[in-house]
Amino acid sequence: MKSLEVADEIVQRVCATAGFEEEEQHKISMAVHESMINAIWHGNKSDASRHVGLRFDLYANRLEIHIRDQGAGFEVSNVPDPLASENLLKVSGRGIFLIRSFMDDFRVEFVPGSGTEVILVKRINSSDNSIEGGTDREHEGHNTPS
Amino acid sequence: MSMKAITRQVDSVNVVDLSGRITLGEGCSQLRELIRDLLAKGHKNILLNLGEVTYIDSSGIGELVSGFTAVSNQGGHLKLLNLTKKVQDLLQITKLLTVFDVHDDEAKAIASFA
Repeated sequence: MKSLEVADEIVQRVCATAGFEEEEQHKISMAVHESMINAIWHGNKSDASRHVGLRFDLYANRLEIHIRDQGAGFEVSNVPDPLASENLLKVSGRGIFLIRSFMDDFRVEFVPGSGTEVILVKRINSSDNSIEGGTDREHEGHNTPS
Repeated sequence: MSMKAITRQVDSVNVVDLSGRITLGEGCSQLRELIRDLLAKGHKNILLNLGEVTYIDSSGIGELVSGFTAVSNQGGHLKLLNLTKKVQDLLQITKLLTVFDVHDDEAKAIASFA
């Protein structure tokens, strides 16, 4: 849980630096939060010895967020649709849907022997809040099973 | 800020004023136990006041759904009061506004249980 709180704080700072409005900051924060939970629970199977990496690439026109776990990966197309009537009252299964709803792009890349990386992209619309070039900020922490 | 809950009884309804974060871990566990306790005591009309809830994640949404199902299965009603825009948006995109009975006026919400 501590890792999630730290990640939330970092996301807020990066989003503020990128110039996102409060509502967009909240959406990005939620998308990262859900991705981190998936990485810890489903990717790393709550194994505290495994790591989750969080990296931010800030470009002039977009913010890219990379969340990497040490798990075996998953097939996005196999994730059930939480809006289907038979799934509407399920307790879980909305994380990926929320991530997709809140971000402009969402990709999953599996690196055999290394882990799975989820890449979240949010476009920066205003030229006022862009930063030329790009900057990387990386945070890596141990899993904290909940 | 973790979740806080204050329960008060108005007529036959238990109103639960929630504040803070309903997220994976402590917030969800608290909410689960709270609803379980109310049901165990025979309180089947529950109104969750979410007006001061600052953040709900997918686990928190799941906990609301779980509570709704548990209360419904015992013949009761779980309804929601005072959704913030963020929570309203979340329930909208997840189509759960079609499931929950949502109110923005406490007196009318209480009356709806009759």
